[in-house]
Amino acid sequence: MDRFLQTFFNPVVMAQYTPDIIAGVWVTLQIAAAVIVAGILGGLALACLRSYRIRALNFFIICYADIFRALPPLVVILILYFGFPSIGIQLSGPMVLFIVLAATLAAFAEEIFWAGFSSVEKGQWEAGIATGLGFTRTLAYVALPQAVRLAIPPLVNRVLAITKMTALGSAIGVSEILSSATTAQSFSGSATPLTMSVVAYLVIFLPMVVVARWLESRTAWKKR
Amino acid sequence: MANRPMLEIVSLEKRFGPNTILKKIDLKVAEGELVFVIGPSGSGKSTMLRCCNRLEEPTSGDIIVDGRNIMAGTRRDLDRMRLQIGMVFQGFHLYPHMTVLKNVTLAQRKALKRTKAEADARAIDMLEQVGMAHKADAYPGELSGGQQQRVAIARSLALDPKVMLFDEPTSALDPELVGSVLKVMKDLKSKGMTMVVVSHEMGFARETADRVVFMDGGVVVEQGTPDEIFGAPKAERTRAFLSRVSG
Repeated sequence: MDRFLQTFFNPVVMAQYTPDIIAGVWVTLQIAAAVIVAGILGGLALACLRSYRIRALNFFIICYADIFRALPPLVVILILYFGFPSIGIQLSGPMVLFIVLAATLAAFAEEIFWAGFSSVEKGQWEAGIATGLGFTRTLAYVALPQAVRLAIPPLVNRVLAITKMTALGSAIGVSEILSSATTAQSFSGSATPLTMSVVAYLVIFLPMVVVARWLESRTAWKKR
Repeated sequence: MANRPMLEIVSLEKRFGPNTILKKIDLKVAEGELVFVIGPSGSGKSTMLRCCNRLEEPTSGDIIVDGRNIMAGTRRDLDRMRLQIGMVFQGFHLYPHMTVLKNVTLAQRKALKRTKAEADARAIDMLEQVGMAHKADAYPGELSGGQQQRVAIARSLALDPKVMLFDEPTSALDPELVGSVLKVMKDLKSKGMTMVVVSHEMGFARETADRVVFMDGGVVVEQGTPDEIFGAPKAERTRAFLSRVSG
């Protein structure tokens, strides 16, 4: 028991590496926030574009969404970070992490928003168009708010799954939580920094899980 | 009654693949006239109505509203002309995420560019006309079908249309709610609105319509006053249809 505590909850190690872990938390939060904003807006923009049903454009949107949903983000991260400098494109670790996770989230978000758009009744579009709103304003004021409501619960789950992947930054030296923890672990020879990373992840992501659960249990709007 | 045609349908044709739904339909609706369209399902009556504001794209032909051809002109012209053509659907299609008031003001604000004060005032007027002003802050989901349909009528009226199209406005309603919607339509007629109504409410047609048009197989088979059509139909197909619906 003593050995267990010594390994995972060593108070000296904790005190020493708390500032590093907190710095990692800060990096994780910043990247996660940027990924969430860019990924959701990107996905929403793609879904809106797709609703115009321009054949060539939709082909590209669907290819993009399918490819980024199929690829493991770590593979893309490694290619961008280690491969791209050889062709003259040098991106920082945080930038690579941001680009890849945002692109992945955008691909999933596009599909989720598109499912939302698809389940808006045809009559809603007809009502907007018949009242002279035209396609774009019907999209913006009638279809979009309804699609977004339908999309929120699955979207929150996806956001959660993808922002957790900021931990992949440890593979390319981004000093986020996991990276700070593994560095501290090799310096101290103790597993305690890893325990600290667990706590840090829980502090960040547990509230998001609770919010997701709440959103799922809530009905979309007043029943017809 | 003025003879000026408010809505003219000129050799309107609609094809879906190999099927011809509308075969060179011609129909003139005068200002203030209520034309009632009847016919068996699949006769093309709803399609004809939906072609009048190009919700359904005609294969050929012209639709002229108050002297202007909606088949000519740009997309933007079309949206402007759609403001002059009110449409009421079988399924109401109110926006579920907006209050009744917002439903009635949305197109006024965004398409007609009225100010909020103007749009609200107009919306309340129209909601009063259909007896729904007391529900201005309710959401569509809280209303009965009849109430929703009256709000949908107000939403169209608020845009000051020159002609109103009704696509089976009472078909989705419980029988006891039909009356309230028909009453609103009757009021509208008495105020001089030009109306085209596709419906199965024969009693309403008898009482209110200026003219009844019987369609079958994508053509206008017969038209005349309600007395002529219901009392002494000339065509065999009309007689057969009327005996089926009254039967």
